[in-house]
Amino acid sequence: MPPVSLIHILLVSTGLFFIGMYGLFTRRNLVTVLMAVELMLNSVNINFIAFNRYLFPGRLDGVFFTLFNIAIAAAEAAVAIAIIINLYRTHRSIDVEGAQEMKY
Amino acid sequence: MNVSFLLIVPMLTAVVVGLAANARQVKLFALAGTILQLLLVAFLVMVFLQQPGYNQPGAILFEVSYAWFAPLHINFHAGVDGFSVAMIVLTSLVVLAGVLVSWKITLLPKEFFMLLLVLSAGAYGFFISLDLFVQFFFLELAVVPKFLLIAVWGSGKKEYSAMKLALMLMAGSALVFTGLTALYFAGAPGAQSFDLVHLGQYKIPVQTQLYCFPLLFTGFGVFTAIFPFHTWVPDGHSSAPTAASMFLAGISMKLGGYGCLRVAVYLMPVAARYYSPFIVVLATIAILYGSFATMMQQDLKYMNAYSSVSHCGFVLLGIGMLTRVSLDGAVLQMLSHGLMTALFFAAIGMIYDRTHTRMLGQLGGLLRVMPFISSVFVLAGLCSLGLPGLSGFVAEMTVFMGSWPRQGTLYRVSTILACASIVVTAVYILRAVAKTVFGPQDNPVYADLGDAGWYEKVAAGLMGAGILFIGLLPFWVLRFITPETTHIIQQAGNAIPLK
Amino acid sequence: MPVDSCLFLVLLLPLAVFVLLGLGGKGRFVNTAGPIATIMLLVVTGLALYAAGEYFFVFGKAGGIYRPALLFSFTWLQFTPSLAINMGLLLDPVSAMMIAIISFVSLMVHLFSLGYMKGDNRQGPYYAFLSLFTFSMLGLVLSANIFQLYFFWELVGVSSYLLIGFYYQRGAAVAAAKKAFIVTRFADLGLLVGILIIAFSAGSLDFAVIISRLSDTGSSWARAASGTGFLGLSLLTWALVLVFAGGAGKSAMFPLHIWLPDAMEGPTPVSALIHAATMVVAGVFLVARLFPVFVTDVTALGLVAYTGAITAVLAAIMACVQQDIKRVLAYSTMSQIGYMMLALGVAGRGGEGLGFMAAMFHLFTHAFFKSLLFLGAGAIIHVVHSNNMQDMGGLRKQMPVTHTCFLIACLAISGIPPLAGFFSKEEILAAAWEGNRVIYCAGLLVSGFTAFYMFRLYFSIFWSKEDANHHNQPEAAVTMKLPMLILAVITVLAGFVPFSRFVTADGVSLAAHIDVIFSIAPVALACAGIGLAAYYYGRPGDRPVRAARAFGAIYRVALHKFYIDEAYLFITRAIVFKGIGRPSAWFDRKAVDGMINYTAKGIGAFSGRVKGWQSGRLQHYALYFIAGVGGLILLLWLTGLR
Repeated sequence: MPPVSLIHILLVSTGLFFIGMYGLFTRRNLVTVLMAVELMLNSVNINFIAFNRYLFPGRLDGVFFTLFNIAIAAAEAAVAIAIIINLYRTHRSIDVEGAQEMKY
Repeated sequence: MNVSFLLIVPMLTAVVVGLAANARQVKLFALAGTILQLLLVAFLVMVFLQQPGYNQPGAILFEVSYAWFAPLHINFHAGVDGFSVAMIVLTSLVVLAGVLVSWKITLLPKEFFMLLLVLSAGAYGFFISLDLFVQFFFLELAVVPKFLLIAVWGSGKKEYSAMKLALMLMAGSALVFTGLTALYFAGAPGAQSFDLVHLGQYKIPVQTQLYCFPLLFTGFGVFTAIFPFHTWVPDGHSSAPTAASMFLAGISMKLGGYGCLRVAVYLMPVAARYYSPFIVVLATIAILYGSFATMMQQDLKYMNAYSSVSHCGFVLLGIGMLTRVSLDGAVLQMLSHGLMTALFFAAIGMIYDRTHTRMLGQLGGLLRVMPFISSVFVLAGLCSLGLPGLSGFVAEMTVFMGSWPRQGTLYRVSTILACASIVVTAVYILRAVAKTVFGPQDNPVYADLGDAGWYEKVAAGLMGAGILFIGLLPFWVLRFITPETTHIIQQAGNAIPLK
Repeated sequence: MPVDSCLFLVLLLPLAVFVLLGLGGKGRFVNTAGPIATIMLLVVTGLALYAAGEYFFVFGKAGGIYRPALLFSFTWLQFTPSLAINMGLLLDPVSAMMIAIISFVSLMVHLFSLGYMKGDNRQGPYYAFLSLFTFSMLGLVLSANIFQLYFFWELVGVSSYLLIGFYYQRGAAVAAAKKAFIVTRFADLGLLVGILIIAFSAGSLDFAVIISRLSDTGSSWARAASGTGFLGLSLLTWALVLVFAGGAGKSAMFPLHIWLPDAMEGPTPVSALIHAATMVVAGVFLVARLFPVFVTDVTALGLVAYTGAITAVLAAIMACVQQDIKRVLAYSTMSQIGYMMLALGVAGRGGEGLGFMAAMFHLFTHAFFKSLLFLGAGAIIHVVHSNNMQDMGGLRKQMPVTHTCFLIACLAISGIPPLAGFFSKEEILAAAWEGNRVIYCAGLLVSGFTAFYMFRLYFSIFWSKEDANHHNQPEAAVTMKLPMLILAVITVLAGFVPFSRFVTADGVSLAAHIDVIFSIAPVALACAGIGLAAYYYGRPGDRPVRAARAFGAIYRVALHKFYIDEAYLFITRAIVFKGIGRPSAWFDRKAVDGMINYTAKGIGAFSGRVKGWQSGRLQHYALYFIAGVGGLILLLWLTGLR
């Protein structure tokens, strides 16, 4: 079995990113959309770790950024879920199609 | 003497009016404030005339300067010379008359008078500012309240007119601001300034002048109804309430002329000379075409608005001819037109208040039922067609005398065409007079209308006195104007000739 | 009393009356306005006559020559160090004569108005306007500066406008006032441009400087002005032609005469003052004032002569067919002023200034007999309540005083010796004979016509129908008879004034010469005209109708005033209003304003299109965002900025 190279990891993260993007565009349930966003964020985290490991093995910048991202993602999830709950209270639904008053 | 009082008094009056308890107090406070302002302005004139060297070219008196935004060298730098004193006197007269003719206003009087006072503060600020950025600020201050005055208190298609006026004037301001910014950055790094005196001493490079001048001149030109950006005038004036029409035609259009002369021509004499054929042609078009368009109007306010386009053409013609006498004429025309057209709008407003129509076809024979208002109407008309002894004659003749010596076929033809407009003016004025105040009075509804009230009589008397004063004692008025126009021409003489 | 303060009072008293009565408005001074104004004018007339007398007999003459005296000067508006409007008082033979005529005729008219306007409730404004007119006219003739003259020239125009339109509720009066003002304003445009050219050619606006610089053909100023030209005429010629155009407008010269007949809509005393004796001769005065300059230019002077001659002939023909008595007098005025103009025009061409003197003399005598005719017409209209001569006839018994005065004036204007008109007309014809024979023939023809139409008027009013007795009204009041009698006496005597000793082109006395042989032709023609008029109009009958039929087309053309009014109407209505005014207004609303509105509409339409992009749907925004990022990456990659 050949060693795992950078390109394999990048393929995984790209796959993860586009799966997330697909979810972001097609899902109508806001919680699912949020999950799709998390997928995209995590694909970026994988990239950071991978580049750190393979290109600058002596440094930890990528790891720090990943940790930072995870923290931000947690906060973001909290805010997003708060918004979703509020949306549910007003609309009795968490369907993105149902919340499009903010237009022209 | 600190000229900042010109700003403080109207602003304080606006605040006091805002605190007033009822409509009666509102009117009294507004009247008291404007009378106080007029008295202070009269005092300013007296003190001004006692200063040694007030008639030296380029002399600026009562200068004050406060840092406003130090990193960009923007100061509240104020001061007056004869030119601005003359415009300030005009403003104080028209504003007082505007308050008086609005005496019977019933809709939201407090807000109305507050806006009027804020407008006047904008105009005073514009005339005393020596820092172009601050001046621009006051220019804007004199635009925004007009939108509200027309949209709320206007008549006819007022929302459309208010929007059109505001947008066109804003577009003009945008051009002005672009030009100002370019002038600012034309200065040497570190010594950049918006200060008029500073910029006047600094010779702006010819290339900068050539692209800045059209921006500033057109921008200010929109205010003074330069062809083809004059169409806000008829719509704006006709929809505005009487006092706003008076302010708009009497003062607001003068802001443009003042800016054209004081900022554009004064700072960029080389470009002014280079573009003067264009200015002259546009002015001649405005004069003739405006007067021909006036001839066909049926609505009195439209008529006066178009005639304002024609009369302001004389201001631009005088500026475009760039001789000392023609500049004198342009300034005299600004003063004369300010008073005359405000008086005309006041008379039209008085007629409209009573008959509820401004259409020529529906009026007639008003001299019998309202002799005072009709006489005022005729007086304003006669001033407009240049009756000697009234201000219009002096101003137009000075423009003609200043325009003739400019050599060249274009200038000659323009002068003669401008002279020809006096005939067309006579046609439309006499047409309006014949159809409004003369003729058989066959509408029974008009038979028992009242004549002017005391407030209308005082307002008309103020402006009529101003018109007569300029018309009979022009040499006295020229004492204020000539030093400044001489200074501008000297500036043009010192400028590097264009290769 | 010094003459200059005397002249100040002459100017300021009428102005004071105007201000007083004008501020009083309609309500006050209804009954006192007339007496106040008349007494003031009596004082003014006394002072003016005194000033004129002082000039002619005491201080005017220096070395046997009358020299212009500048009694006062004040810089009113300084343009440049050399060009300034100086308000001054200039007394020379012409202006001294003019102030005497103006104040005197004005006084007569004021007196007459006391009776004529009785019962009118707008007497305050009436006398205010009369005073304003008197002030402006006196100011005009005393002007020392050409711009000062223009100042008063315009004031005269406005006061004439106010007086013609005095009966403002009558549409015809308002229209006539408007027409008079606009036509003369059109002419004033010429005057204004002429003044501008003269001002910059002579380097001054003062008459004295203009005349001294431009009349001396050797001077550098005159050479410069007559050198550079435009369209084949020199600058000076243009200036003089344009100035004359201004004068022609005020003096109702062909083709700018159309306002004068209509101006008869004003009150009749006003017509006597403005449209007979004073304002309409302002053009003659203007040419006379600049006469030394006109003399140097043959073209301009020729234009003056021919315009005068053509007007005299045309107006005389038109006067023969009018039915309105005031219009007959109006055309007759035109014709007589044409006479003065032609006399000025032929002067200096071999006449040794005889023409100038003759024109001034005729101006002098004409003022009296023409205002007498108008006042007579006013008295008649006051009784008959109609302007139409068909409604009159046989009035000689009912109105004996008016009849006598009218007859004297008719004889005078026809040039029957020894009345005033004879002498001045002889001088004009003598000048024309010396100057230009074609113009002399025109003058002779006109004198025949004049006698015919004046006596046509006279016989139609006072003879014709024997039994007509109008309303049994008594003849005019004393205040109306008195001025007529005074004017009649002057008309008889004025011809004997040794005029050529006082008013001449160069101030040197001329010898008056009345050549009996020379007088035979015009007097015979005049007598023939009177005889013809007596034959046609002396008794009732259909003779005039048959004569009119015999003339056919010529009669119709003359009745329609040569269709000149129609031509003007076409020019104003079809060309100016429909051809220029309406397209301008349309263009402004549709094209210029349309441009602004379409800019706004275009921006609005564009916003309407793009606003759909803001759908409110989260996933669309995400798509734009990611597409944007993708696009940026692509852009950076393609441009090689990695």
